[in-house]
Amino acid sequence: MKSSISIEMVMLLAGLLFVLGIAGVIIRKNIIFMLLSVEVMLNASGLAFVAAGSRWAQPDGQVMFIFILAMAAAEVSIGLALILQIYHQHKSLDIDKLKEMKG
Amino acid sequence: MNNLLWLVPALPFAGFLILALAGKQLSRVWVAMIGAGSVSLSAIVVLIIGISFLSQPPANGNYSQTLWTWMQVAGFNPKITLFLDALSLVFVFVITFIGALIHIYSVAFMADDKDYSRFFACMNLFVFSMLLLVLADNLLLLYLGWEGVGLCSYLLIGFWYENPANGYAARKAFIITRVGDTAMAIGLFVIFYQFGTLAIPDVLAKAPVLWHQGAQMATITALLLLAGGVGKSAQLPLQTWLPDAMAGPSPVSALIHAATMVTAGVYLIARMHIIFQLSPIAQMIVAVIGAATLFIAGFSALTQYDIKRVLAYSTISQIGYMFLALGVGAWTAAIFHFMIHAFFKALLFLAAGAVIETLHHEHNMFKMGGLKNKLPVIFWTFLIGSASLAALPLISAGFYSKDQILWYAWASESGNPLLWFIALLGAFITAAYTARMMILVFWGEAKTEIGHHPGKLMTVPLIILAFFSLFAGFIELPHNFGHLTLFSNLLHQVLPEAVLKAGMNTELQFQILAFLSTFGGIYLAYIFYYKQPQRIEKLKQSGFVMNLYLFWFSGWGFDKLYNVLIVNPVVFIANINKSDVVDKLYQGITFVTIRLYRFLSFTQSGSLRWYIMGLVIGAIIILSIQIML
Amino acid sequence: MDIAFYITAFVTVISTIMVITRHNPVHALLYLIISLLSISVIFFLLGAPFAALLEIIIYAGAIMVLFIFVIMLLNLGKETAKQEKEWLKPKVWIGPAILSAILFVELIYLITIAHAASYNLQTVDPKAVGISLFRPYLIGVELSAMLLMAGVVGAAHIGQHKKIILHRFLKEKDPL
Repeated sequence: MKSSISIEMVMLLAGLLFVLGIAGVIIRKNIIFMLLSVEVMLNASGLAFVAAGSRWAQPDGQVMFIFILAMAAAEVSIGLALILQIYHQHKSLDIDKLKEMKG
Repeated sequence: MNNLLWLVPALPFAGFLILALAGKQLSRVWVAMIGAGSVSLSAIVVLIIGISFLSQPPANGNYSQTLWTWMQVAGFNPKITLFLDALSLVFVFVITFIGALIHIYSVAFMADDKDYSRFFACMNLFVFSMLLLVLADNLLLLYLGWEGVGLCSYLLIGFWYENPANGYAARKAFIITRVGDTAMAIGLFVIFYQFGTLAIPDVLAKAPVLWHQGAQMATITALLLLAGGVGKSAQLPLQTWLPDAMAGPSPVSALIHAATMVTAGVYLIARMHIIFQLSPIAQMIVAVIGAATLFIAGFSALTQYDIKRVLAYSTISQIGYMFLALGVGAWTAAIFHFMIHAFFKALLFLAAGAVIETLHHEHNMFKMGGLKNKLPVIFWTFLIGSASLAALPLISAGFYSKDQILWYAWASESGNPLLWFIALLGAFITAAYTARMMILVFWGEAKTEIGHHPGKLMTVPLIILAFFSLFAGFIELPHNFGHLTLFSNLLHQVLPEAVLKAGMNTELQFQILAFLSTFGGIYLAYIFYYKQPQRIEKLKQSGFVMNLYLFWFSGWGFDKLYNVLIVNPVVFIANINKSDVVDKLYQGITFVTIRLYRFLSFTQSGSLRWYIMGLVIGAIIILSIQIML
Repeated sequence: MDIAFYITAFVTVISTIMVITRHNPVHALLYLIISLLSISVIFFLLGAPFAALLEIIIYAGAIMVLFIFVIMLLNLGKETAKQEKEWLKPKVWIGPAILSAILFVELIYLITIAHAASYNLQTVDPKAVGISLFRPYLIGVELSAMLLMAGVVGAAHIGQHKKIILHRFLKEKDPL
């Protein structure tokens, strides 16, 4: 399959998605949105791996993507459980109210 | 006989262990039995060994018994070996025999003390350490004994620790002797560096091979060892601790600060005599130190009013005689004087202790007096001891030993008239202060009520010591009458004979001079303190005499000198550095760290967004750096 | 093929922007699913069918369902959307947006300075991925298995409904 998708373009896309994810994490106050943004960031890095794997025609990129997937699943399950608990204890999802760890 | 040797130090050590571990539980009778018994048994063992040594002299001149090897490190393998030759035999005999008598005396003397078992434990440990010192065949073991006696001296000077002054005296003794001990330790390092061994026979055998006559290394080594001896034996310039050491109980003064420990320096120099012979300079210094010490201490003794301090200064002075003898090469004379001195000085201290005890702990001689008829046993034994100290001609043992030293100070090859003259002057002063002490204590009118009379346990040791103070001199008679040399014959197995100058054969005129100086001294004291005491008062009117008196009384101002030279500067520096200058640096570091931490703790706002911003900014910075590079 | 890529990329970017700007959580979630699906298309285009399938099945399928459950459990609806509207003021997002833009510019620069070289796109089939996964990366697979296990146990533990447990230093405070 001949393709002329240049690898730079894919990488640029991955970078853009990653930066959007970061922006989402920073600007949102609601923890659920932050978690969603984190998913976007993870996805962007997965995209970068798959693109690199495809550039060299090696399976390693996809293997890394699978690991990222596994990690994301674990992270989401823990994160959501934490959100539930935070909501039960504070009746709020505002990240700016959760400042008990102030040094 | 050879294999009995280990018992000699082992018995006192066993006594120490039992008393130290179980002393509180034992009754007083048992404590006394163990404390005095162990040393007495040891003395009996020494007698058995000594008789066998004298009747059948061993082929190589010594008994030696290796108990075990201390350690084995690359060619350095000091052994715990007991080594008995003629020189150690004399010392071991004096230590155990006089030690046993003093222990028996202490049973009665200390009877009312609450720390009965501690006293005997320390005394036994002391006897053990001292025996180890003189029986050691290598310098390391000797040093162990050396430090052991120092420790016991410290413990016993401060025995009555409730009085802070006693603690200060103990510390003073410990610290000043430490100065000498440090020098001696360096001396041992030098010896090991030079010879690769610390075994005394090996060192003595190798020294003349390695060093030629007058070698610099020999002088350095000899001076370092001498410094050790000077500290332990309270010689100039480290003599200031001994008068204060009288804070301890009288038996302690008798055993440690008169008879045995303070003569360890004499033993060390006699033991290492080959090194000293290789360095004429060092030997000259020994003689000069001895002469200067006996002179200075004699004048100080003349002015003291505390009976024990008189005896302390007199001890310093008599050890000065021994050093003088060592310095002029009269090795056997020094050891002979050591033995005689041990007898009469132990006797004097014990008798003084008895007097003090009887007079309700009165130390001031001017408050004593008139005891001649009240305490006849003490009087006669004290008189005999004093006669020996003053070297009363012909009848006292002290005469024979001191006369020998005077003669060698003049006649030996390295002797000279000045040394002789100082020694003669010393003899004169000795006679004067001894007679002064006798007169003040036993004649005149009684000024203090006497308490209970000393019992048999106290008087019998005095009588035995008095016997020896009178008759021990007869084993060595001058060669113009009698010419008996039993003692020096024995010691010449180990120590070389003194070399005389050519053409010296008339000892008689020197004996007459010594005779005159002794009687001159006694007459002086008689005039001033008995016949016409008002003369003293007249003399005290003169400011110069009074100043001289105070100067001598303070021991020639050495304490003051050391205070100015050493103690005050150290205290001054310590005061400046009270808050520890170096510590400021570390306090500064702490201060900066705390400030930094307070500053950085602002970043720990608890806001998750803030942290992520930090991450992003960090990423931006890292990427920027990468782009720029 | 090129055009397909650019179109999908455009869809991805737009839907992702929507994710981070929506006020209603459910809307944001739907946009995220679109974003994931379009990324899976890109995977197909890059010759990684296995990854594309996993993206759809696990990400868009399983993980997003978790989010929906949580949103349902917390009953996040219009009130949340209103709240979000208040929270999302330009004052709040302008700074982070600038920072992110700087980061993106830097990334563009770093990616484009590398020399582009054309290459033949080859499909890496699931078989190759599977062989690679269970031969050289076996230890990684085992570790991720442990990670998932820990995730399950941790989620089960944290998610328990307990009484309000405050830290002992906070006990004096009124526990809501």
